Amino acid sequence: MEIFDNLALGFSVAITFQNIFYCFIGVLLGTLIGVLPGLGPVPTIAMLLPITFGLPPVSALIMLSGIYYGAQYGGSTTAILINLPGESSSVVTAIDGYQMARQGRAGAALATAAIGSFFAGSVATFLLAVFAPPLADLALKFGPPEYFALMVLGLVASVALASGSVVKALAMVVLGILLGLSGQDVYTGTPRFTFDMLELADGIEFVALAMGVFGIGEIVRNLEDEHTRTVMVQKVKGLLLSKDDIKRIIGPILRGTFLGSFLGILPGGGAILSSFAAYSIEKKISRHPEKFGKGAIEGVAGPEAANNAGAQTSFIPMLTLGIPSNPVMALMIGALIIQGIVPGPNVVNEQPSLFWGIIASMWIGNLMLVVLNLPLIGIWVRLLTVPYHILFPLIVGFCCIGVYSVNNNAIDVFTMAVFGVVGYVLVKLDCEPAPLLLGFIIGPMLEEYLRRAMLISRGDPTVFFTRPISATMLGLAILALVVVLLPSVRKKREEAFQE
Amino acid sequence: MTRFVKNPKEVASGLLIVFLAAFFAWQAMGLPMGRAIRMGPGYFPMILAGLLGLLGLIVLLTGLTLHPVKEENEAQKIGFRRWPWVPLGLVTLAVVVFGLGIRPLGLGPSMGLAVFLSTLASRRFKLTTALASSFIMVAFSWAVFIKGLGLPLPMLGPWLGGY
Repeated sequence: MEIFDNLALGFSVAITFQNIFYCFIGVLLGTLIGVLPGLGPVPTIAMLLPITFGLPPVSALIMLSGIYYGAQYGGSTTAILINLPGESSSVVTAIDGYQMARQGRAGAALATAAIGSFFAGSVATFLLAVFAPPLADLALKFGPPEYFALMVLGLVASVALASGSVVKALAMVVLGILLGLSGQDVYTGTPRFTFDMLELADGIEFVALAMGVFGIGEIVRNLEDEHTRTVMVQKVKGLLLSKDDIKRIIGPILRGTFLGSFLGILPGGGAILSSFAAYSIEKKISRHPEKFGKGAIEGVAGPEAANNAGAQTSFIPMLTLGIPSNPVMALMIGALIIQGIVPGPNVVNEQPSLFWGIIASMWIGNLMLVVLNLPLIGIWVRLLTVPYHILFPLIVGFCCIGVYSVNNNAIDVFTMAVFGVVGYVLVKLDCEPAPLLLGFIIGPMLEEYLRRAMLISRGDPTVFFTRPISATMLGLAILALVVVLLPSVRKKREEAFQE
Repeated sequence: MTRFVKNPKEVASGLLIVFLAAFFAWQAMGLPMGRAIRMGPGYFPMILAGLLGLLGLIVLLTGLTLHPVKEENEAQKIGFRRWPWVPLGLVTLAVVVFGLGIRPLGLGPSMGLAVFLSTLASRRFKLTTALASSFIMVAFSWAVFIKGLGLPLPMLGPWLGGY
């Protein structure tokens, strides 16, 4: 069995003192920052990205993954305890989780979230190990036209599945691609969009863009309505689940895991979509649907399992195809590129220890989450009460030094300032900045494959439609767009996201 | 003019996107285009700028209407006046000051200044907590970034007698 050999290799990489240590630090920091109000996984990862640059690639990726699920778990904690979801995928958890907390069952809700996440994470990691290598092998047979088509499909799908206006999201993708093309052209060395500034010859720094839009811009948005939030946190007790509770959560966790694993692979809001879907399924099949919204434990177990499974399987397209399905994966790809690794199907074969090491560390990280978080819940609760007006100047400071440390260049700090304003303006105009980041990451690759494809076809653009795989993918992309833009579907879609 | 605006947010987004598209197209015009078989550095950006402009026009048009608008939807207003101009300015200023100060002043003063300026952005500003935050962040960044990660950065820059 090849997979067990591979997993053994992975664990041999992941269970070194160094990597366990970085995994631990990642999970700890991720949770720490994730529970702070107003900070979801994307700003958390963007902020901590520079710290990992000095590490070897495997350790850096292990630490970043740890930060990711730590932050995600932290978001669920805030959702349950103070009804403040750190990110959109834990919005659903807040519905019943917070009600449970108000009934004095915060401990049970947190334990359910932890157990559900751990189970779902383990299963999804296993799925990742099984399905990633064949997918990568398949992708290796792709030529430039197929790659181009695949990226277009990925971008379109992520737009179609996200909430908000599709046309605006597409515009954000295109804008992101244009920004991503800045800097010297790879083929000719001609500087593009650099305004004759030597400092911009390498293009816009991706960390500066991410931190500006998701860090600084987000801070200003939070300062907008700076209401006095009195945080009432009850003492958390009773982490142990009763027999009856366990019986009630098994089904939802299994269904959530299945749903999340599948939806997580899709580009776009995999984790968000899966948690919403899991919640509505649980509500539909429950014998007591009236209890949902009033503290039903099933309403915590299902979505939590689903969003964690989705978070895990969203690594599949990232690791095998080099295509980010959400902003977090875009940050991961950015980290890979900074580490000098070309993301794509070659990672599995050329860097097996990296690939399998990351997979094995995911399982370890998920285990750590449970071990670390349940006993330390008292500390997290205290962190929750840190007021935002104390917190945000520290975040600004951290973003500044973090972005400066990437290249030791002040231009990145100014870039971050510009994109802070840009990010805020975009959000105010209801233009989602997440597609912009995806476009920014994919942009250079997209151009590269387009150029190569045209070179092969001797300048004939029909190449994309005469090769079957690329034609299918482009067809799917067009179909997705048409379907989403149909008026009837559009209405339903809006309703679905309203809920 | 305003009576044809159905959705101010869409109109503003559309105008912004079209403006950006024009800007990128203008920038790309100075680049060699090449031909489809061997694309120059300007080819793809030009296509994208055209696409962006088209999308911007669609957004712009969806926000307009031929029928005069009677009532305005609150969610569609931009509400410029209610934008947090002061916090936006102060936070941006803090970041810019950090960028300007990091070389000549060194990490300590520029970090302190940036954090202090940010604290001013909150309505619940208190001098004591602001100074404490600045101090904590200076100490923290020294410990993590200079001691821990070994960043080649002086605490005090050349203007303040450092190196």
